[in-house]
Order: sequence, then C-alpha cells, then structure tokens
Amino acid sequence: MNAPVTRRNAVLGIAVAATSLATPSILHAQSAGRVVVVGGGFGGAACARALKRAGANLRVTLIEPNKVFTACPFSNEVIAGLRDIELQQFGYDKLASEGITVIGLAATKIEPQRRTVTTADGAELAYDRLVLSPGIDFHFEGLPGYDDAASEKMPHAWKAGAQTLLLRRQLEAMEDGGTVAIAVPANPSRCPPAPYERASLIAHYLKTRKPRSKVLILDAKDGFSQQRLFEKAWKELYGDMIERVALSQGGRVTSVDPATRTIVTEFGNYTPDVANVIPPQRAGRIAEIAGATDTTGWCPINPVTFESQLVKSLHVIGDACLGGGIPKSASAASSQGKACANAIIGMLAGRAVEAPRLTGVCYNTVAPGYGFSLAGNYQPRGDIFAEVEGGATSPVDAPRELRAREAAEAERWFQTITADTFG
Amino acid sequence: MAALINVPARAKRGDIIEIRTLTSHIMETGFRHTVAGALVPRDIITSFTCRYNGAEVFRADLFPAIAANPYLSFFTVAKESGKFEFEWIGDNGFSSTASASITVE
Repeated sequence: MNAPVTRRNAVLGIAVAATSLATPSILHAQSAGRVVVVGGGFGGAACARALKRAGANLRVTLIEPNKVFTACPFSNEVIAGLRDIELQQFGYDKLASEGITVIGLAATKIEPQRRTVTTADGAELAYDRLVLSPGIDFHFEGLPGYDDAASEKMPHAWKAGAQTLLLRRQLEAMEDGGTVAIAVPANPSRCPPAPYERASLIAHYLKTRKPRSKVLILDAKDGFSQQRLFEKAWKELYGDMIERVALSQGGRVTSVDPATRTIVTEFGNYTPDVANVIPPQRAGRIAEIAGATDTTGWCPINPVTFESQLVKSLHVIGDACLGGGIPKSASAASSQGKACANAIIGMLAGRAVEAPRLTGVCYNTVAPGYGFSLAGNYQPRGDIFAEVEGGATSPVDAPRELRAREAAEAERWFQTITADTFG
Repeated sequence: MAALINVPARAKRGDIIEIRTLTSHIMETGFRHTVAGALVPRDIITSFTCRYNGAEVFRADLFPAIAANPYLSFFTVAKESGKFEFEWIGDNGFSSTASASITVE
C-alpha cells in the first residue's frame, strides 16, 4: 500500500532523489580521481596542492626527480653575489604531509592510450588526468656548438642550481677590465626580462668589485620587456658599462665555440672573459615524449582547461605551454597551475569549466634597493591567452623611493609565492 | 652604423659561400598617418645589388612590406680572390655602399 503523500514524506522523497543523483558522481570522483602531476616547479607544485585542497578524495601524485627545487626568480642576485643559493631552495615535505604522493624520480615515458606514466625505475602509474609542468629544455640544434658539455665552460644559468653557482664563480675569477657577454635568444623563452635583470646585477657586481669591466649583451631581439625602464636604470646606475648589440645591429648569436670561448653572431666574433650563453628553448623533454609538442617545440593547449590540443586526458601548464600573451614566468605558472586544478576538479565532477582569468607579475631588481615591475591580466582568446585590461607597469619617471619600495615588494612577492607553492 | 657585411675572409675555389648583409634603414611604408592625419611619405630602399669583381651576382628589389633594417642573406660560388661590392639605393636619393674582400685558394 502506498503511503499518502504528506509534506513529510514528500520531503524525504526529494532527499532520496537527491542522494540517488549524487551517489554516481561521488563514485565517479572516487574511481576517476587519480591525477598525476609531472614536474614540481612553480606550476606543478601549485597545481598539486590546489588539487588536493579542493578534492580530499582525489589521489594526487607529484613526480619530480629533484629532492630540492632551486627557484629561478632571484637567482640573478645569487650570480651577482648578493644572495645565498639556500634562500632559493625548497623541498616537498609540506606537500607530502598534505597527502600528496611525491615520487622522487624522473618520468621517462607516457602512454596516453593506456593513460600511464612510467618512472625511471620502470614502475607504471595509471592516471585519469595527467598534468605536465616540465618547464623548459634547451634546443641545442638551434645553437651549433652548444650542448651540456659546452654549458660547463659557457654556463647558461637558465635552470637555477649548479649553473647559477658556476656563473658566479666565473665572475669572481675574472680580472678587472674583463668583458662578460650575455647571449640572449629570441622569444618565446623563459622569463623574457630576466637576461636584462641579469645584465644589471652583473654590472652592479662589476661596478663595486671590478669597475673597469664591461657587460656585453648579444641579443636576438630588437625590443624587450620593460626596455625603457631598464635602459634608464642602466644609464643612471652604470653609465656605459652595459653595451647591447640588438638584432638589427647584428646581435643574434648563430654559433659558439666552447674551446676558444668564442661567440659568433651574424656579423662578428666575440671572445669575452665570461660567456653566459642562454640557448634557444623548448618545452621540457617529457612533453615531447608524450606527443604534446608541435613543430614550435612548445605545447598547444585549450587555454580554458589547459588540455593538450594533441593528446587526450593530458594538461600542460607553465613554461612548456604555448600561452600567447602570457609570459613564461613563475607567477604565470603558479596562476596556471591553480586554474588547471580548478578545471580538472570541474571536469571530474562533470561540470562545465569557466574561462579563467590569470594574473602574472614580474619584478626586476637592477641593483639592491632598485626595482620595478610589470603586472598583467590574461584571459583565453582562441587557442592562446590574450592580455586584458587591468595590467600595469612601473612608471619610467619615478623617484628612487618608489624603486626602493618595489625592490622590497619583490622580496615579499618571492616569500609569498614560495610559501604558497612549497609551504 | 651604416651597413654590416659578413663575407668569409677565405674560401676554397668552388666553395658555396654565404654572404650576409644588414643595413639600417627606417623602411617607412608610405601607408601610415601621423596623429594629425597627415600621410607619412614613403621612404624605403628600393634596390640592392652585389657585384663580385665587377660582375653582378645578386640583385633584389625591395618593397614597402619589407621591415626596417633589411637583412639579406644569399649564396654564391667562390671563384677567385677579389672584392665584393654592395649597393643599396632608395627613395629620396638614398644611396649606400660597402665592400669586402675574399681570398680564394
């Protein structure tokens, strides 16, 4: 006999219906909740933490071969002898304590059809969604003469760590009156204004220790980010110590010879005392192994979900993705990591994903107590990110107090983003 | 800086050699307007020639779509020691020359 419908059992009926609707999605989330993140830099670590925070029942695994991460932002200060490298280094203990499985091995193979990642010990991990945050690798074919062996003589220092310290030692060993050359690649490359920050801080080191020396920038670009701010600061702080040969002055480096420490440009040869050669770049190798890179060497994505346009169930964030207007910076990678985590949570729950609004901020320190910045907002437009309103760059004409304040803000930004990423 | 030239100083007879040239020039298209609405007159390089011991080995016509500071790279065969002469000609009587020598063994 059916009970008459009363207010009370009508409510119960609704509750039961709601449960029966909710149950499959909970089951779905449990069975389809294995997310593997490859790469524990600013993008990958931020993504893993955001995933774990949003979905306690998600199984989040982070694959990262380095036990200690060495951050690139502020590593130019290490090169210039203004900062200890220990301040750049972070571990993964906090992430592990939050329930993220941290595997300290390199990912060596990805099979998108089977949805598995293989690690260096041969073990296979199954995933429902995979996030690649592999950062950059060097495109050695793009610079004849340069390879890993050459980087021991002509350091790139474009991945922070041993290379950072090698360049610092070379500067310390150089005699007064020497020339430090910085070879700068074309875009896209990691952290576009960083070569110029580096030139500034090396000039600071030389001015205080070896004042007859010079910095020579050999550049594959004509213009660069925050150029007027840099050039004004150079004039103000370093006079004519920094010389830049732009693309249209023949500055593009075409090959190097590490045996003679020679840098060959389209129109000349240089033999500096210290050669900091920043080679052309592409997405980290594992992205290519996964089949997620196109002919540019970078990974085309759907900017709303960060899904690869080439491989299913796989997302790419950070320096490795083709972001369009958004620069390849720590701040952008972190912002992308969080937005990607949000997209994955939504996709696993069967919800539509809203277009993210990302922010990227970039501080440049050109001398102790002298900084400036660029902040941008970015939204998906077609296959890339386009800059939208709300961004700001430091004024070109500003009192030194503002530069000092921005230098202090830069330090706080670093403390905040590293605490946010690594705990 | 007027022009940059890159010709190998030495080559073997019969070698294919690369020659690179870059000259600084505004290459104003003639299609742009000032803020006040006036047309910015065209000012471009219109022609480039390379002669090898007097004989023309490469020529190019340049047009408004070519970017500022035209960079041209081309190949020729090293036949004999001597001189490469380069000439750029353009609007408003623009003319610029440069030369480089080569030893062919």
